[in-house]
Order: sequence, then C-alpha cells, then structure tokens
Amino acid sequence: MSSTIETLRRMANDIARNLASMGEREAVLATADHIDKFWDPRMKQAIFADGRTGLSDIARGAIDHLASGAHPEPQTRATEFNAVNESGHSDAG
Amino acid sequence: MGYERQADFGTPEVKSDEMVTLTIDGREVTVPAGTSVMRAAAEIGGDIPKLCATDNMQAFGSCRMCLVEIEGARGTPASCTTPVMPGMKVQTQTPRLEKLRRGVMELYISDHPLDCLTCSANNDCELQEQAANVGLRDVRYGYEGENHLGLTTDVSNPYFDFDPSKCIVCSRCVRACDEVQGTFALAIDGRGFASMVSAGQAEDNFLSSECVSCGACVQACPTATLQEKSVRAIGLPERSVVTTCAYCGVGCTFRAEMRGEQLVRMVPWKDGKANRGHSCVKGRFAYGYANHQDRILNPMIRESIDQPWREVSWEEALSYTANKLNEIKAKHGARALGGITSSRCTNEETFLVQKLVRAGFGSNNVDTCARVCHSPTGYGLKTTFGTSAGTQDFDSVMEADVIMVIGANPTDAHPVFGSRMKRRLRQGAKLIVIDPRRIDLVRSPHIQAQHHLPVQPGTNVAVLTSLAHVIVTEGLANEQFIRERCDWDEYQDWARFVSDEKHSPEFLEAVTRVPAQTVREAARLYATGGNGAIYYGLGVTEHSQGSSAVIAIANLAMVTGNIGRPGVGVNPLRGQNNVQGSCDMGSFPHELSGYRHISDEETRSLFENDWGVTLDKDPGLRINNMFDAAVDGSFRALYVQGEDIMQSDPNTQHVAAGLSAMELVIVHDLFLNETANYAHVFLPGSTFLEKDGTFTNAERRIQPVRQVMEPANGYADWEVTQLLANAMGLGWNYTHPSQIIDEIARLTPSFAGLNWERLNEIGSVQWPVNEQNPEGSPVMHVEGFASGKGKFVVTEYIPTDEKAGPRFPLLLTTGRILSQYNVGAQTRRTDNVVWHDQDLLEMHPSDAENRGLKTGDFAKLASRTGETTLRVLVTDRVAPGVVYTTFHHPGTQANVVTTDFSDWATNCPEYKVTAVQVTPSNGPTEWQRDYAEFTERSRRIAGTEMEPAE
Ligand code: SF4
Ligand code: SF4
Ligand code: SF4
Ligand code: FES
Repeated sequence: MSSTIETLRRMANDIARNLASMGEREAVLATADHIDKFWDPRMKQAIFADGRTGLSDIARGAIDHLASGAHPEPQTRATEFNAVNESGHSDAG
Repeated sequence: MGYERQADFGTPEVKSDEMVTLTIDGREVTVPAGTSVMRAAAEIGGDIPKLCATDNMQAFGSCRMCLVEIEGARGTPASCTTPVMPGMKVQTQTPRLEKLRRGVMELYISDHPLDCLTCSANNDCELQEQAANVGLRDVRYGYEGENHLGLTTDVSNPYFDFDPSKCIVCSRCVRACDEVQGTFALAIDGRGFASMVSAGQAEDNFLSSECVSCGACVQACPTATLQEKSVRAIGLPERSVVTTCAYCGVGCTFRAEMRGEQLVRMVPWKDGKANRGHSCVKGRFAYGYANHQDRILNPMIRESIDQPWREVSWEEALSYTANKLNEIKAKHGARALGGITSSRCTNEETFLVQKLVRAGFGSNNVDTCARVCHSPTGYGLKTTFGTSAGTQDFDSVMEADVIMVIGANPTDAHPVFGSRMKRRLRQGAKLIVIDPRRIDLVRSPHIQAQHHLPVQPGTNVAVLTSLAHVIVTEGLANEQFIRERCDWDEYQDWARFVSDEKHSPEFLEAVTRVPAQTVREAARLYATGGNGAIYYGLGVTEHSQGSSAVIAIANLAMVTGNIGRPGVGVNPLRGQNNVQGSCDMGSFPHELSGYRHISDEETRSLFENDWGVTLDKDPGLRINNMFDAAVDGSFRALYVQGEDIMQSDPNTQHVAAGLSAMELVIVHDLFLNETANYAHVFLPGSTFLEKDGTFTNAERRIQPVRQVMEPANGYADWEVTQLLANAMGLGWNYTHPSQIIDEIARLTPSFAGLNWERLNEIGSVQWPVNEQNPEGSPVMHVEGFASGKGKFVVTEYIPTDEKAGPRFPLLLTTGRILSQYNVGAQTRRTDNVVWHDQDLLEMHPSDAENRGLKTGDFAKLASRTGETTLRVLVTDRVAPGVVYTTFHHPGTQANVVTTDFSDWATNCPEYKVTAVQVTPSNGPTEWQRDYAEFTERSRRIAGTEMEPAE
C-alpha cells in the first residue's frame, strides 16, 4: 500500500501528464487550477511541505505556484462552475 | 382507491401529423392516421372485446373477438388490424357481431378449465371478463373430447408459473418476448389444436430456457396461464401506487400493487416515460429483500469493532452518536468528520446528508459513489460540452441510425433500455460495439453488430483517437456543424493532432489489438450512416484515463455533428437509480447543489443565510483520500448512508485499513453490510417502498418515489438523518420530503421550478426545470451548446501504470450481470440467486488450457494488491490475455485484487484494468478465510441466539 504522500505525488503527476498537451506553461497553470479546485487543504499542505521530489516538471511548477498562495483562474471548462444564479454547467458523475 | 388494471387501448399509440376523423357507434372521433379502429374506439371509452390484442405490441389478428361492421365494407373485419379511414362509419355492437363473438368465445372456453371461482386470477382475467362481455352463459361442447386440461404446470421460474392448461394460444406472450423484450425465448410449437406455447427446446422449462425473467409475457398474458407466484400466494391486489424502481439508472416506473400492507406485485407502468411499460427481473420481481430476515430493524452500537453489537433504543443510538461526533469535532476539528451520500436514496435524503456534513459537521468531506463510476463523465463532458448531463432522453434511440456502444453492456446492466435499443436494431439501425468482451448485443436473435472492436483493456483513448483520425483524414468531418457550434481554432489544433500518423489505426493496432481495417470501417459507418448515437458505460470511465476517454467520445460526436437533435448524442448509461440525482444534490466535496463551487462566496452566503451557519470555504476529501487521511489520523468519523464502500471500493485492504483507523463509523443501511463490519453505530435504513421522495434517472428525469407501506424500522432515511442532525442540535423540522424539495428549489437554479405537487401532476420532468424551461428539457444543446461553443480537446493516449508482465501476465476487467445488482446486498437476498449464486472468472480457452484449468475449477486470482479465489468459466467471449469477473458476492471480494490506480482527473478507480495471474487452487486464500472469520465475529449481536447470516 502506498503512503499518503506517494499517493499525492502520483495524483499530481497524473494530472500534469494528462494536461501536458496544452503546452508546458498552460499545463502548469491548469494543473495548479485543478488541484486548487479539487483538493482538500490537508492534501495541499502535505504536498507543499514535501520536497518536490518525485514530481514532474509541470507538477512541480504547479505546486510551487499554489504554495506561493496563488488561486489561478479557471484554465479549462472543468474548473468553471456555475455562479450562484446559473444552471448551465454540471459535472455529475 | 380500488384496484383496476391499467387501461388497455388494444394497439399501440401511433404518432402522425395527419389526423383522421371517423364515426364509431354514432360518435365522432379524431385520431392520428394509422391508428387502429380498436384504439380509436377505446379513445372514446368504447370497449371492443379482444383477446389477442394489447397496446404494447403490434396487432396480430388471430382471435377474431374484435370483429366490427363497417358501412360499405364486406364481412366483419378485425378492428385491431383495421386502420381508421376518413369518414369511416363503424358499428361495434350489433346482433350479428354478438353472435359471432359468442361463438368464438365458446370455443375458447370449451378447452379451458371452468374453475374460475377458485382460480388465482378470478376477477383479474381477460378471458373471464370477455366471456361476460359477450354474454356467454353456457358452453355446448363438453370436456369429453380431446383437450389440454391435464397438462402440468411449469414452476421452474422462481417468480412466475406457467400453467398450459389455461392457455388460449393468443401468442401475446410470444410477441411480448419478441417485440418488447427482444429475447425470443418463446414459440408456439405445433399447429392447430396441438399448438402450444413453449420455452425453447422441448426439454426446456422456463428456468433452463433463454428466458431472462423480465416478466413481459406474464404481464401480457390475458389468462392465469402465466402468473406471478406472489398472486397465488397472497391473492389479488386491492390497490396500487405508482413509484420508481430503486435499482438502476433507467428509472422504470411501476405500479406497486398492494393487498393490505403486503406488496403483491410490481407491474411496469405503461405511462412511465423511461420504461414505457417494460421492466427487468430486478425491478419487476427482486423486491423480496425488503422483508428478508437479515434486515436489521433496531439501532445498534458498540465501543469497538471486536465487541458484539448491542441493540439500543433510537434515542440512545442517536445521542451516543451525536455526542461522539461532537467530541471528535471538539478535539480534532470539523475536518476530521465526513459522510458518504447514497445514490440509492432519494434526492431529498441525499440533500440532507450533505447538508448534515456541511452545516452540522462543519466540513465539506462529503462524497458519493459516483466517484467510483461516472465522475469522469462529469469531467469529460463538462470540459467539452460545458455540462455533463447526458444529452438525450431514452426515446431518442428510436431515431438513431448508427448506435455505438462503448464499454457498456446494456442488456445486462440497463436491461429495459437494452430492450429498446434492440428493438431499434431489429428495425435496421447499425451497431458498433467497442468492448474487450463479446457482450450479448454483438450477436443475439435478429441482431448482429456490424463491427465489434475487441479493444485491449486500458486502450480506449487510443481506439477513440484512431476513430477520429480516420474521420478527419478521410474528409468525413462535418465542417458546417463545427463552424457553427464549436471553436474553429481549437478544432484545427485537434484535427492536426488526430491526423498525425501515430494516431492511425494501423500504427495503434499493436497497442489496441483491434484490426486497423475494422477501426476504419467503424469510423466511416459512424460518420456517414445518418444519426449516430453513442452510449457508454463504466468500461469507459473506470480507467486511469477515464476522463480523457469521455472527452474523446465527445470529440467524436462534435466532429460528426451528432449532437443537439433526437437520434444522436452522447449518453452515459449511469449505474445506480439516483446517481445523477446524488450529484445534482451537492454530494461532491467541492460543490454545492446545482454544481456551484464551494469557494464561491455568493453561493456560500446563499446557503449560509438559509441554513444559519458558516460553511467551510475549501473543498473536502474524496472517498479514497478519506481512507488515507484516516490512516494518517486526521480523519476520524464517517457517516455512510446506503453504500457499501468496503465491498464496492477498490483495493479492499486499503479501505479496511482506513475504516479500522477511524474512531466512529456510522452505517445507515438495511443490512449489516461489509462496511458495517468496521462500524460502531448501525442505524437501520428503510426501503424505497417505505418513503416518499424523488429519484433522477440517467436521462435527468426526476420521478416520484411514493410510500406504499410504513417503514419497518420505524423511520424513513430522511427522518433518521434529521434525528441525527437534531441530536447534534441543528433544530431541523421537516415533516415531509416535499419541504426538502422546496428547499432544494429555493437554493438551486436548475430546480427552481420543481415542487412535489407539480411533479405529482405531470408524473416526471427532465431538469433543468426553471423559468426558461418550465416543462423541463428532454434533449440538450439543441440551439447550441449549453454554455457557448463546443470545445475540442486533445486526448493524448497515456498507457496505465498497471501493466501486464511476467508475474501478472493477464488483464482482469470487471462488470455486472443482469440478475444481480452491484454489491448484491439486495439481489443476493432474493430468488435472483438461481441465476447467479457466485462470481465466476471468465477465461479464454487457450489461457485456461495453459494453466490446466477447466470450467468449474477453483482458481486463485492474484494481483500486485492481493489475491482471492473463485471458480473458472472457460469461454471465448473474452480475448486471450483477458479475464473477466463480476463483483456481486462478498465471499469473492473481487476488489481485493483491484488497485489504487485511478482516473487522473477525478480519481475514479481503475476497476477495469488489473494485471493478474491465475493459477489452480484448492480453496479460499488466507485473506478470504481471515475475512470470513472476522465477518462472523463482527456480526454478533449481544443477547440474540440467531446471528444474522450473510
Ligand atoms: S419473462 Fe421475459 S424473457 Fe422470459 S419468456 Fe417472458 S418475455 Fe421472454
Ligand atoms: S400463455 Fe397466455 S399469453 Fe401466452 S398464448 Fe397462452 S394465454 Fe396467450
Ligand atoms: S431496468 Fe433498471 S430501473 Fe428498470 S426495472 Fe430493471 S433495474 Fe429497475
Ligand atoms: S383482438 Fe383483434 S383479432 Fe384478437
């Protein structure tokens, strides 16, 4: 069984790898945005505190960006959510 | 309310723009052209006698009971097969007709037992009713001659009997099986007097035949020949209540037919928009779990999981639980608490559980089983179309010309929709199946897939991109559609990407193992064959690239313009009855109901003002991360309503470690399920028959669930959640789920126009239902995509890290079968076990031979994660190198072997690909033995002699 930090590194790398086709700069932002919108604070804290080992370049860039306190704007439609009075988006699983 | 059968118009409704006016018995009636005279008469309340006609199948014209006279026409034509004509003048009751009908009826009755008074169908028999209608009083022929009265009854099916002595050979059963169900299990054997209904070969009975026990023939039978055993046992119903099936995402509606407080039978409701009067074995018959002896009716608590359970009062259970929750919260903070909502429960119940977590526990640690099934659909369709909702209603399939089924097995997992699809295929629509297994659809009676792409598990994205490659490079893209509806620049980027030689079917054949020529032909057919509709299931989503595969599917629909009208679209076949609803209700840790992110201040303050609390602004934990956090000590208490995460989630030992690390696990369920082995509090749940509320099916259709009996445990599930909330001091005071609906509508724009009274009036509605769409929305993206332009997104194929190798050379993929439902907690507690009493491992003959395995042998299934044993079924349904099993039985625990790998975007587990080895074995593995012992210990209840058996 992998430890929590190994799981978190894998998750970050998986996101980065699948967004890589956007181009590196965009993928860094999109990965950061994704993690910002979907991860619980303790997961974020744990990976911020981890020494960036075992992270791909994109994942590392994203974690650095978030660790500096950034909250990126939505980079893909998946992280655009309805505003309070909107109903156009849904991400039902 | 007295009992009445649903009205039968004799022949199916016809849709036509052209209307025809005629006169029947002096009364004028106007109906669509093509309607039968019989139906036209029924529309104005007429009642032409009939035996072989019924309105969910085409007229057959064999019984000659429905004769009428038509002015100017010769003879007495059968009204069921005669279409209306403008100006026609029809007489349905004349002395001549009465005499003819009596004669026909006399012949039927002369070969029919006259034990009406003691027959279980007495007063619910069309033969009896029609005999009375035509005024038959005595029969001139005796029973001396040859007759069928001595034939024996076939009682092999667990739910219905076939008593051939009562059969009038009207063929309704045969036609129901052919036309409605599409199984072709029945035939009329012999001719003339010797003709008889039979199930398959002469030596077959119903159980051993092809019959899938859908019940369509039983419903169609006008006599007591085919009849539910329950009617024989309990007697005829006295009242009925329309409600919605609690099994799968098709959302069939039924009449729950009651005698006193007892459920006699579930009869599919003809006005149900999802099922149109059809059903499958689960919804129709498998409700016996509701009264199963294993059902737990009293709350129970224990300090630790090695102690036996102690039955306590509701008050004690709730105050114990609330105190514990408050203690943990005080000590470890709100984020140590969380809950799992149920996709089996109603929208209202789900809404309350997430409200309890957010407003009561004070965290956003709420998740739902959609995480482990269709979360990639949410991500993928939202990325491309802007919204994840399935684009069509079920009716749409009847206008499809090419149907592409990817990673789904509708005839088993969504059977009623599967029957619809088969009907369309028999009408000539073309079929493409992309699946590692040769599912039943590929070849079944009167259906043959044009193309089956037996993809290597884990390579969906490669196959889908190669289909796109063919469409773009062969010039089959629908440029006009793309220019109008999509972002043209993005399209060009994407087109360049897919056109690359490395995405050609020839290049990818080595990876996907699908012959390039087959991919090319399938792509051409989908792109040029008329309306192309894609239906997909968990074989697409449950992969490390599940979200990318969904995006790739959406790309295919956009590039061919197959979106925004009936007959086309992208349709996720959702698993559980209310998985769509549980997502809509805010069950994900990052969003509130109506898909609004928790970090959005305005949204939070809307809820904060309504609920009178302050909400956490950060997303909470997803299920799998809850287990990690539990092991690390930061997550300590979990309330699970109506889900068995221990059995359904991947890597069982990881789940077990997480659950055992928690201080307080509250299971709210019907049975002591696998998760309850690790629980400290058990709160008894109620069944769908015991509560009011709503479910939302895979077409976004919100349908009422209605209480037909009192909750055996004392409280509906929404009441239990409310009691717990109040024990924690929240002061909720809902007295009926309709008030919860009002709250949902008040707080959620897509449901703004919903309320219980209105829903009861209209029967069902597809969301969004609000000011702009007061009647709901059957087809999405008609005028353009819900939010702006359709987006083409590049999907790079990235092989999963779970790879076959020398130690684990085979790939395991998992699925379900018709008679069982998911973890099987309900269906295993019904007679459905006659069709499936254990999980089997399907294996190709060559792989089996290499290992010295035969059908029926015990085999050990081992992966990098764990091992289990089960019996082998040798079959060429699976390709060499691939093995397949179901996950319905806890004894097998297929998830002991599945891994932690998951979809990159949503963490939906990769159930569909596990590298495994299979070796002969002579008994259960150590884990299975230990677990069986643990389960037995864990289920002890203090002071009861009888321990509930699994
Ligand atoms: S129960 Fe369904 S499948 Fe079986 S014979 Fe009747 S109609 Fe056919
Ligand atoms: S079994 Fe029932 S439906 Fe079938 S032919 Fe006989 S009477 Fe008709
Ligand atoms: S198809 Fe699904 S909803 Fe319909 S009866 Fe079967 S299980 Fe129930
Ligand atoms: S009902 Fe018309 S011929 Fe039987």
